[in-house]
Amino acid sequence: MAILKIDKLSKSFGGLMAVSNVSMSLEPGELVGLIGPNGAGKTTVFNLLTGIYVPSSGTITLYRDGREIKLQGKKPHNICKNGIARTFQNIRLFRDLTVIDNVRIAMHKNVGYGFLSGIFHLPSYHKEEKMLTEKCMELLNIFKLDHKKDEYARNLPYGEQRHLEIARALATDPILLLLDEPAAGMNPAETSQLTELICWIREKFNLTILLIEHDMSLVMKICERIYVLDYGMAIAEGTPDEIRSDRRVIEAYLGEAANDA
Amino acid sequence: MGRLNEHPAIKKAIALVLSYVIVQMLISTNIISDYLQVTLATICINIILAVSLNLITGITGQFSLGHAGFMSIGAYMCALIVLRMPTIPGFLLGVFAGAAAAALVGCVVGLPTLRLRGDYLAIATLGMAEIIRVIFLNLEITNGAAGLSGIPKFVNWFWLFVFTAGTILVISNFIRSSHGRACISVREDEIAADAMGINTTKYKVMAFTFGAFCAGIAGALYATSFYFIEPGLFGFMKSIDVLVIVVLGGLGSISGSVLAAVLLAVISTLLQSFPEIRMVLYALLLIIIMLFRPQGLMGSKEISLNVFGKLGDLFASRKRRV
Repeated sequence: MAILKIDKLSKSFGGLMAVSNVSMSLEPGELVGLIGPNGAGKTTVFNLLTGIYVPSSGTITLYRDGREIKLQGKKPHNICKNGIARTFQNIRLFRDLTVIDNVRIAMHKNVGYGFLSGIFHLPSYHKEEKMLTEKCMELLNIFKLDHKKDEYARNLPYGEQRHLEIARALATDPILLLLDEPAAGMNPAETSQLTELICWIREKFNLTILLIEHDMSLVMKICERIYVLDYGMAIAEGTPDEIRSDRRVIEAYLGEAANDA
Repeated sequence: MGRLNEHPAIKKAIALVLSYVIVQMLISTNIISDYLQVTLATICINIILAVSLNLITGITGQFSLGHAGFMSIGAYMCALIVLRMPTIPGFLLGVFAGAAAAALVGCVVGLPTLRLRGDYLAIATLGMAEIIRVIFLNLEITNGAAGLSGIPKFVNWFWLFVFTAGTILVISNFIRSSHGRACISVREDEIAADAMGINTTKYKVMAFTFGAFCAGIAGALYATSFYFIEPGLFGFMKSIDVLVIVVLGGLGSISGSVLAAVLLAVISTLLQSFPEIRMVLYALLLIIIMLFRPQGLMGSKEISLNVFGKLGDLFASRKRRV
């Protein structure tokens, strides 16, 4: 039983078909890669999945607790509440806020006290805020950011900003995590560390993960299945080995590097 | 005593009571004369306006030029009620009815306009304030351009203090609540906030409505402090005056807004000895401050009561050394 089904998804910007007729399906607990040359429409797929763009046609269905949830046309915050969280290609942290506030904001949907309790700091405010802080610290602990909780997000080194963005996405308590180029700008050592981290959080948080990545060492190592996009169309799907030897993929994207690998 | 001092709520309460008592004593001993009491009222009303606009513009990042519009709704509503019920309950009813009416308009106007960003929103809110002004100018019940006069004066230092301190407390509490953080996240990055499950429209409208509510209170206090209101008092320039306080104090800093409101009132009072060049000097001072502190007096930081604690420690250690 799939957790997410994308059926004939298309998005056009004026005359340009950024994504056309893409169908995908994710099984629970899978780690799937989405690759393709620059401008192939990978991030557009993410933006469609998270509601930042509205699809021109096609359906996106999330299966959760035995229910079918249609996601197309829903607002991003609603999609997030249904259990899809994401990171961004060009890091979008709340730069001028502290590390812990970045995570706290992502936990907002689970906050139980109301507006009045918020402005008068009634007992429920203090109780919930304390619980919230504890949960944030647990999460920051996992990413080894707990000692930097009061640091501004903009002052973190690049690698830690990427980690914080993943922590923030996890704070929304997702079942499906979308990672948009998590290893961009990282050196090989950091990338291999990140690879382990991704595998580990998948187990720990019981997640299904879809990731966009250009770093083939990461993709080939951890993805169980890979979808390849080119010019907005899905040109191939399969295990890393199958993708490596797929002629169309080699032509479109991997080129010599794949043969060497 | 030491342990008492550590509890933030108690510290806050002590600071509040002290500031109330000190000013009350200055008034009783006539050090703050009747004339200065007018300035005091202006300062408090400007603080409420600036702090509430800061919630909309500095905290939530929505550039609004319509604050005088909300203020005028509070002022007229309260004046109309108080003229018919010149009693303390009537005054309180007027203040809350004025605030509620302003909040209602804020919510209704906010829902469509808050889809706009930046300068577009500024123009839309500016238009809204003008519409409100023109409505008051043409209604019979508000007595048109002649305005309402003979409004009984209820506002004294006690009420000024209650409403000003109340507004500051409630708004600074709000900012430190999860709802307030949601508003801040909208300012920081709307797309990211939305993707993290924050209903950005809801929190923009919430901040706008809450800000309008407080501006309504300020308007009601204005009407019951100065006997007389007319639509011209709540024009475009009034909104700009409030915005100047907010920017000068620092976008996002509540204590900055308070500081700037006081500072500008003091400067303006001092400059009254030079009536011919008053506005020139005032403008010049603003330019100089903005040149040297473009982020505003406080930036986005807050003065906390800990500052006094630290000063106390410093003082104590000096003494010991001596």
